[in-house]
Amino acid sequence: MTQATTQAMIPGNATDPGPLHFRDRDWHPPAYTPGYKTSMTRAPFRPLVSLGSTLSEETGPAFGRSMIGLLDNNLILNFTGEPAIGERIVMHGRVLDENGRGVPNVLVEIWQANAGGRYRHKKDGYLAPLDPNFGGCGRTLTAPDGSYEFMTVRPGAYPWPNRVNDWRPMHIHVSVFGSGFGQRLITQMYFQGDPLIERCPIVNTIGRKEAVEVLVAPLDMNRAIPMDCLAYKFDIVLRGRRQSFFENRREGL
Amino acid sequence: MVQRLDYFNETPSQTAGPYVHIGLTPNALGIPGIYPVDLGASPVREGARGEPIVITGRVIDGAGMILRDALFESWQADADGLYPGNDPRGQADPNVTGWARVAADFDTGVWRLETVKPGRVPYPDGRPMAPHIAVWLVARGINLGLQTRIYFDDEAKANAECPVLARIEHAARIPTLLAKRTAPGEYSFDFRLQGPDETVFFDI
Repeated sequence: MTQATTQAMIPGNATDPGPLHFRDRDWHPPAYTPGYKTSMTRAPFRPLVSLGSTLSEETGPAFGRSMIGLLDNNLILNFTGEPAIGERIVMHGRVLDENGRGVPNVLVEIWQANAGGRYRHKKDGYLAPLDPNFGGCGRTLTAPDGSYEFMTVRPGAYPWPNRVNDWRPMHIHVSVFGSGFGQRLITQMYFQGDPLIERCPIVNTIGRKEAVEVLVAPLDMNRAIPMDCLAYKFDIVLRGRRQSFFENRREGL
Repeated sequence: MVQRLDYFNETPSQTAGPYVHIGLTPNALGIPGIYPVDLGASPVREGARGEPIVITGRVIDGAGMILRDALFESWQADADGLYPGNDPRGQADPNVTGWARVAADFDTGVWRLETVKPGRVPYPDGRPMAPHIAVWLVARGINLGLQTRIYFDDEAKANAECPVLARIEHAARIPTLLAKRTAPGEYSFDFRLQGPDETVFFDI
């Protein structure tokens, strides 16, 4: 299964300044997930202190178009100007909120391994070679309807130290901002049809099958460019903001 | 049967992983040339009003190991307690952007945040919260970014009045949120992910 196509097109922009929707922590992965060994010493054991959102979470940084370079969303060309090696793909979709409305001006940042499964990082010593023309990061701002697009190469799968023979499925890391700091989110996009997804201990930190499915991007032949590249569609949903006149009453009212 | 609530679910989180710096601070990692500068290098510009402060610290796991692959983002008000950008109460100090991206040193794990001390911001019911910096912390092994706050141990009166700190049932844990003043304008603060002195993390 992949992302449901029903997570689709509802017009309008999310500009409400209201309190954040409560986060469904049964939908997200829990902190302590023994299948992913590193989480065992990095997971808080004490209960989280529950708090409704305040101005500190309802406000957040904003980013302007002027800081985005022409090639920032083109990972094939943005490192040296010469094309990276690999299967050329478009990654595109919309950033929506839980009310189903496109969120404009969201900074979307991505990073990934190259086509052989190797990251340009001093801590990655995998056998696959670096591609001299692939840096591995890109960024863009969503359009007024919440849409975004990247051109990149499909990242390779790679082995990682967890159990003796664990492999990461092909994936692209995705970081998104909402209008409030409390909406901050990092996730990973997987590719339809990859048999490593269901074997991956990081994917399986998520308990619910339906929640995993929304991280799997379907092949989107309508956005593929003939004789050039394939396309995958990945919609991202941010926490919503409540829309009520009965909010923020002063104490005692 | 009832009508269906047609909200979407928030996209599930996945760990930022060990290579988060490629995406968020490529220049600091040694991947120059893609972006002119890393975003969030400083939450303030020259001329920002208020008391300049430096906070340094570490992120420590449940086995006592210092993380060298942790990264957090901070978000704070200006010295008058106004948030930059979209604060409905008014315009903040133009020299305060409020947001920073702070990576632990790749060799020592020590992080450093230079900023100005934020002012007090009202809680939704109007009572003032104590000066604080909101934090969102990610790393390999953290499945969903951790939300916490840095308060200041030299703000005893404001801290005692803060409606958020008052929500912490086990008051003995409040000091885990207090940056310790070590010299004028200098503070230290460790995030402890797990264990007896575990930092208070919030579900916000």
